[in-house]
Amino acid sequence: MQQVFKRPVSLKDVQTHFCPGCHHGTIHRLVAEAMDEYDVQKRTIGVASVGCSVFLYGYFDIDVVEAPHGRAPAVATGVKRARPDSFVFTYQGDGDLAAIGTAEIIHAANRGEDITVIFVNNTTYGMTGGQMAPTTLVGQKTSTSPYGRNQHKDGAPIRMAELLAQLEGVAFSARVAVNSPKNLIDAKRQIKKAFRYQVEGKGFSFIEALSACPTNWGMNALAANERVGSEMADYFRLGVYKNTENL
Amino acid sequence: MAKIIIDEIRCKGCGLCTVACPGKLLSLTEKINLQGYTPATITCQDKCTGCALCAEMCPDVAITVFK
Repeated sequence: MQQVFKRPVSLKDVQTHFCPGCHHGTIHRLVAEAMDEYDVQKRTIGVASVGCSVFLYGYFDIDVVEAPHGRAPAVATGVKRARPDSFVFTYQGDGDLAAIGTAEIIHAANRGEDITVIFVNNTTYGMTGGQMAPTTLVGQKTSTSPYGRNQHKDGAPIRMAELLAQLEGVAFSARVAVNSPKNLIDAKRQIKKAFRYQVEGKGFSFIEALSACPTNWGMNALAANERVGSEMADYFRLGVYKNTENL
Repeated sequence: MAKIIIDEIRCKGCGLCTVACPGKLLSLTEKINLQGYTPATITCQDKCTGCALCAEMCPDVAITVFK
């Protein structure tokens, strides 16, 4: 008998702090698999954000820098410019990347920094208690929008993958989900492609991964998983928005 | 002949594997593990084809698959 599925080498064999049904664990694994695929573990420097993804250093067997809230792309820029031989990626949530760090991500993308950004969108501020984020869907109830997000007052959710795809500096931009085996296999392919852009020095690559947050959505794990495929994927359409090199 | 091993201590009982399994061979147990969750278990090991979709979907990498 042969082992056909095992933990990636870049992912530490430890228990995560994520809630049951949270997709962060799955996305962590896919990122680790992509690192193993290109054999970049030894020269990888990850940049962690603030949010549930803050414990990146505890789960990945790589060097990690902890950036101030939203500033991960700026920190990654410095790391990559100081150590051009290293493989640099940031791992950020939607409260971090799409709210507090909007300026940093847009300018890092516009400069075409040779980094990879993994953006986990769960439509809420997960760690701080489920407040409304710029990505919160219209009508979604959160702790700071108890009657649901009002489009006239709060605006419509930001679609980051499409927004960044418009910038000249961006080489690759895609939105993926990990809620079903089919979507997960595609997500794995796109994450590997995003990493390949940096491995080959082809420029800025961006992955938006839709994730469930059962705790803050007030749902059980299966219902939250279902919501990603229906309500979320309906507004945040999955797909590749920019692929300049056709890798 | 395939075999899966579920790490009962790691499993958080989210049930994502139970819906991912094409043969619906997985279910959650009644007993509570060290973390306080009800871990998943395989009901009929003989019918497992080793497709590894359960392991792919598991957010906690708690499933190992042999084929």
